[in-house]
Amino acid sequence: MAESAALLEIEGLRVRVGEREILKGINLTIREGETHVLLGPNGGGKTTLLNTIIGFPGYQVVGGSIRFKGEDILPLEIDERARLGIGVAYQRPPAVRGVKLRQMMSVSAGGDLAEQALDDLAEQLDVTYLLDRDVNAGFSGGEAKRAEMAQLLAQQPDLALFDEPESGVDLENVAVVGGAIQHLLKGDRASARPRAGLIITHTGHILSYVNADVGHVLFDGQLACHGNPLDLIDDITTSGYEKCVECATCKR
Amino acid sequence: MQTVDTPCPTCSSTEVMARLDQIRRLAEAAADKPAALGPDIDLATFSTVSERDRVDSLESLQRQIRETVLMSGFTADESERSASYFQMDRTPIYERVMDAFGGQVEVMSTEDALMKWPEELVERYWWRAVAPDKDKYTALVALHQTEGYFIRVKAGAKVEKPIQACLFISESNVTQNVHNIIILEDGAEANVITGCNIHTEVKEGLHAGISEFYVGKGAKLTFTMVHNWAEEFSVRPRTGVIVDDDGTYINNYVLLRPVRSIQAFPVCRLEGARSTGVFNTIVYGLKDSHIDLGTETQLIGEGSRSEAVARTVSYDRSVVYSRGRLIGRTNRCKAHLDCRGIVQSEQSTQWAIPDLASEGAPGAELSHEAAISPIAAEEVYYLMSRGLPKDEAMSMITKGFVSIDIPGLPEPLKQSIDRAIEETSKEAM
Repeated sequence: MAESAALLEIEGLRVRVGEREILKGINLTIREGETHVLLGPNGGGKTTLLNTIIGFPGYQVVGGSIRFKGEDILPLEIDERARLGIGVAYQRPPAVRGVKLRQMMSVSAGGDLAEQALDDLAEQLDVTYLLDRDVNAGFSGGEAKRAEMAQLLAQQPDLALFDEPESGVDLENVAVVGGAIQHLLKGDRASARPRAGLIITHTGHILSYVNADVGHVLFDGQLACHGNPLDLIDDITTSGYEKCVECATCKR
Repeated sequence: MQTVDTPCPTCSSTEVMARLDQIRRLAEAAADKPAALGPDIDLATFSTVSERDRVDSLESLQRQIRETVLMSGFTADESERSASYFQMDRTPIYERVMDAFGGQVEVMSTEDALMKWPEELVERYWWRAVAPDKDKYTALVALHQTEGYFIRVKAGAKVEKPIQACLFISESNVTQNVHNIIILEDGAEANVITGCNIHTEVKEGLHAGISEFYVGKGAKLTFTMVHNWAEEFSVRPRTGVIVDDDGTYINNYVLLRPVRSIQAFPVCRLEGARSTGVFNTIVYGLKDSHIDLGTETQLIGEGSRSEAVARTVSYDRSVVYSRGRLIGRTNRCKAHLDCRGIVQSEQSTQWAIPDLASEGAPGAELSHEAAISPIAAEEVYYLMSRGLPKDEAMSMITKGFVSIDIPGLPEPLKQSIDRAIEETSKEAM
């Protein structure tokens, strides 16, 4: 079978935050239709990688490149990258007083989401009662994650980034969030390119609901090993990250 | 300067005459007394507003005037209003109570009301909530009053459609010295929308407005005021509100246009048991505006409650004071102040001045939160990562910051305030 087209291509990416180099030469290609999982210890650079792809200031790219749909996105602003098709579900999204979840969903959809479609989406993620509340203000862990998913489903990005979608969430909500991720990434999408995803996870719980294709361990600023995500998690659980990184068999 | 006007040429009762004389003497003694707050204004540079012709319908007002007053929620189409009062300069040019509300609402100029019911007005309402000798501006109105509106809602009447009042100034270098009285009798409910506006060609001037509001037992008054002034215009409102048992007073104030200076510090006396005061203030400081606004709430009646929310955004070289004073005078009372500001320009200054006092009331619960801080960058990035350009993200957050949920506001007025906020946000950006 022919390989699908590359959506996100990261080559030799080095990123500095303040004086410290956090990412030390990342190479990662995500093709259309693929779901990748990013594992790794705290402080290893997972969120830095995500934030660099999103385009947050403060993440200084000192080497390498990021291309999305063939375009160099490093000169682009956050909103330009979003409109190009990059979406994100944050781990801890900020509360914005006076801006309602309904507005955020509408903005995410580029302003052209019909009221009925918005209501249906909200119902699907059980956030109808949150629509007219200030986004993320006083939301519980589960509510915040479901609200993030509602925005992402409204946006329909070509590449969706998920920062620890199961953290701080009870089992019931993991199922709702996981179902939504699976639906977003693997659901039918006629006449358009298949979506791709990149999921940061510590526990792998989310993988009970989402079919991921490839896992990577980000360790000390580098992608140290790759493999079947569930196998990688098993290895890490039994032997720890360092063993996994040393292990030759898990390297491609 | 000007001659002293006689407020009630037809009054004859000795008590009434004695009280009016007392008010005059108090005012004369305070004619040069500077206000405690705000820049001083030289009153000698202004003359009094002129007389105008009355009109038979609001539709006959100039289109430009109709459009200007619409910004304050005053509409020439009266189908969604219960009553209207329109004063042009010195003259009440139009008053009307819609047929469906006849017998429930009385609307006229305060001078007409005084001549109609001199004993009742003087004994209970005329300069009873605001002192005539508070400062030179109250004295100015007491000595040289130029009408003002009188609105009374009869006992038990629930007036669903808003009552609208507009005080309009069409000439420059004048003072409009209005005295307004609103009375909600026991059990009455009403929503009063007032707009003070000036003609687009007016530059300098002074609006001195005395407002005395009386909310009866179990009554509820929602008072919404949207101000549209001009860069060289000065404004000195003086307001006193008295709320009886189980009464509720809701005050919504919106200022979205530049002004030379405005200073107001209305006093709300929650005298009745279980009475409530709610204050929502939205202020945009623009250009060289000097804005000094706040509310004093006195919690006197047992179980009285109050909440005040203020949102201020300042641009350009504006100076904005956001004050709030809560005075607990009974053990079972509770009140909270919430004032937040965003300073958008390095030439602009904001002060947030919360001020709490418990006077012989150990059980009074008074609290405040005051903050002045910029728009959080992470909030801007959050909206941007959903595809919104930076300036639109900032505008949406600023708009959200000032969009207080104001209960009881008619939907069209809410929409017009939202529209005005949106326009102001865009222009200011």
